[in-house]
Amino acid sequence: MNVLDIAQNSVAAGAPLTRITLTIDHAAGWQTLTVADNGKGMSPELAARVTDPFCTSRKSRKVGLGLPFLKMAAEMTGGAMTLESAEGVGTTVTATFRLGHIDLAPLGDMAATIAGLMQCNPDKDFVYTLTVDGESFVADSRQMKQILGDEASLAEPQVALFIRQFIEENSAPLLNKGEEVL
Amino acid sequence: MKSLQELAAIRDKMRQTVSTREAAHDSTRVVVGMATCGIAAGARPVLNAFTEEVAAAGLTDVLVTQTGCIGICQYEPVVEVYMPGQAKTTYVKMTPDKVKRVVQQHLKGGNPVAEYTIGAAR
Repeated sequence: MNVLDIAQNSVAAGAPLTRITLTIDHAAGWQTLTVADNGKGMSPELAARVTDPFCTSRKSRKVGLGLPFLKMAAEMTGGAMTLESAEGVGTTVTATFRLGHIDLAPLGDMAATIAGLMQCNPDKDFVYTLTVDGESFVADSRQMKQILGDEASLAEPQVALFIRQFIEENSAPLLNKGEEVL
Repeated sequence: MKSLQELAAIRDKMRQTVSTREAAHDSTRVVVGMATCGIAAGARPVLNAFTEEVAAAGLTDVLVTQTGCIGICQYEPVVEVYMPGQAKTTYVKMTPDKVKRVVQQHLKGGNPVAEYTIGAAR
């Protein structure tokens, strides 16, 4: 799933804080991914066109595939993608996926995705919340920065490596719950 | 299981190395192209591998970071190494397997791995 790509949009929109929320509910049979930022937001005109692959705010080429891909991935499972955006407030993208659907894209390495975002954008903040059947794990870069103080940056390889392992180890028991159920 | 408090120990360990780094001033930067093209070609495992190898090699004056599209999508994953006193080195079609040699020979030893560079690929 192109979570990294979608979250990079938030970084490009200058968002100081991006919340990535993944909620898996086996009983209901849905997986919900939300990427919510407080970046510069989009005009209603842009927000209406943004799932068109030939719509992009970049200058270097004429295609933008991040949101169209996410929308396709959601709809292929019988889910949907919604986008709420307000200029100067931020953008929230929500995609729902039907669990167990044959076309459900694998989540991929979420720990590496989140850790990479934190490592490569140390001046921005990210909150990753993984909830599986009501049980949650949260990785919040603001908490990490509080512990590190001025002495070490999230960009340091040693720190980045720890963050990835921290997310990986704490997510695994939650994500494995799914395997028992399915 | 890892807890966030272990970060405090990492911070304390790094405190000792910070002063030497400030004296050296310029640090080496490893920049991985992470636009859609780079990610699709496998830039994230390359970034991970650099992070792991740099940490394992104990290199404290090396930063691993990302940039957008470098403009040569057919060569992704592309990695640029900026080392003080050296011309920029552009590595192309990188894989996690190639990373170890770049870290040892270039970042640690100061000699770019010529055969992985864009000059050798053309």
